[in-house]
Amino acid sequence: MKGRLVRGLLIVPFAVFFLVPLLAMLDFSTRDGDGRSGRAWAALVENEQLREAIISSLLLALFTVVLMVVLLVPTMIWVRLRVPRASRMIEFLCLLPLAIPPLVIVVGISGVYAWVSYFLGNSALTLTFAYVVLVLPYAYRAVDSSLASVDAVTLSEAARSLGAGWVTVILRVVLPNIWTGVLAAAFISAALVLGEYVFASLLNFDTLPVVVALLGKSDAAVSVAASLAALMFAFVLLLLLSFAGRSRHAERT
Amino acid sequence: MADRGEGGAGRLARLAPTLGLAPFLAYLTIFLLIPTIAVAIGAFQEQGRFSLTNIEALVNPAPLRRLWSSVVLSGTTAVLGATLGALLTWLVVSASPRSVLRRTVTSMAGVLAQFGGVFLAFAFIATLGFSGVVTEMFRSLVGVDIFGSGWLFGLPGLILVYTYFQIPLMVIVFLPALEGLRPQWREAAVSLGATRWQYFWQVAVPLLRPAFLGSMLLLFANAFAAYATAAALVTQGSPILPLMIRAGLTSEVLLGRQNFAFALALEMIVVVVIVMTLYALLLRRTSRWLR
Repeated sequence: MKGRLVRGLLIVPFAVFFLVPLLAMLDFSTRDGDGRSGRAWAALVENEQLREAIISSLLLALFTVVLMVVLLVPTMIWVRLRVPRASRMIEFLCLLPLAIPPLVIVVGISGVYAWVSYFLGNSALTLTFAYVVLVLPYAYRAVDSSLASVDAVTLSEAARSLGAGWVTVILRVVLPNIWTGVLAAAFISAALVLGEYVFASLLNFDTLPVVVALLGKSDAAVSVAASLAALMFAFVLLLLLSFAGRSRHAERT
Repeated sequence: MADRGEGGAGRLARLAPTLGLAPFLAYLTIFLLIPTIAVAIGAFQEQGRFSLTNIEALVNPAPLRRLWSSVVLSGTTAVLGATLGALLTWLVVSASPRSVLRRTVTSMAGVLAQFGGVFLAFAFIATLGFSGVVTEMFRSLVGVDIFGSGWLFGLPGLILVYTYFQIPLMVIVFLPALEGLRPQWREAAVSLGATRWQYFWQVAVPLLRPAFLGSMLLLFANAFAAYATAAALVTQGSPILPLMIRAGLTSEVLLGRQNFAFALALEMIVVVVIVMTLYALLLRRTSRWLR
């Protein structure tokens, strides 16, 4: 077919534009003088500063996902079941971080973080609190689309009439039905946290992107290797997510 | 929000479910609303007292030049990203949602659009930096130094790298609109004797225009508020607004005013809120026929 051929030809420049920088990263991070070496890649585990940054970024992703799920999911289910008139307000609040740039929040958050570090110490993991706000719009959309596809009210009425308490309704009746949405929210949140730079750099915490930017001044090859590794890791996360979301898409169409 | 006019016990019973929202609302108050209000108040203060000096300083030539550069950067990449992104969306939309092409493109778009501007900065340093792969290739094969005097680390470089994440963002936000075009509409047009060209210009384009313009506004706001890529790429000087905020935060005193960063942040929030409001209005028009 002629249309398919045209489309195939048009997609080539896009593929070149998007793949050349990624392939250049691979080339850049493996060259060593005139030959090749895995020195820059070995530094990902051997360089102590980088290793610690990777660990704290992974821990941050984990903590953010846990706190996000604990805070957001029960609230959203509760709104759907008991306080439907608040649903517009909750939606507005959840999407608000899209309209307020992270950079603005950072400028204003120093007072709040003075208290946070007073109570919890000066650890990079305290970034969790700010990151939950940051991932809120994306997590909200994922959970909301999956919550919209089940009749939570009927499910909860059935469970209540059989004598279930509200905790049981939320944890054992509604939650298992929106599992794919919660999983999607967790994946996208983890990916966002692993790449987050604004808060970490301006609040002076050494997470992966901060250390990558720092090392770039002295050893660009290591930074490029770490960047490529991070991009690939996020790609795998999102690719897995596209498979997890399959049942949801099937229902919609 | 609370219902009124009932007896005390009835009102209490009615209010009880609302209390379930308290933890969530308290959390957002502390970590979203208080910081935002702090910016708005801080912009009108200097040394703890009410003052308009920082707001007035926004119209000085230096911050105005940065604001203009930011607008140029966001505008250029929004137009480029929206146009090229819409084309790419059209190219992949014909593939089935479960196909390898679609999955790869949407996952890749998610990574490039929303994940880690710092890493993208290094992707371009590895490609077009002083010893970048493509730079060296041009040097040895053609004998041309495309690195020049370091354009990658100025506004032109930012436009290139921003386009690299704007196109994928366009794919993400424009895909639902393009998927929402029902084949029946095309069939109806064709059965009435429309050519492919007529269908495109008289049916598809008017239907997609609000979504397209809305997405362009979203791209503008995205570029205007972006910080990480620019911060990692530009280490000296601050050619755009976000980097000027960085300078205001990291150096103790900028232009002799401590709260100037707050005023700049307020300026940023005003621009982004205006753009996002227009976006929301256009989105409402699209949602009339979408889904």
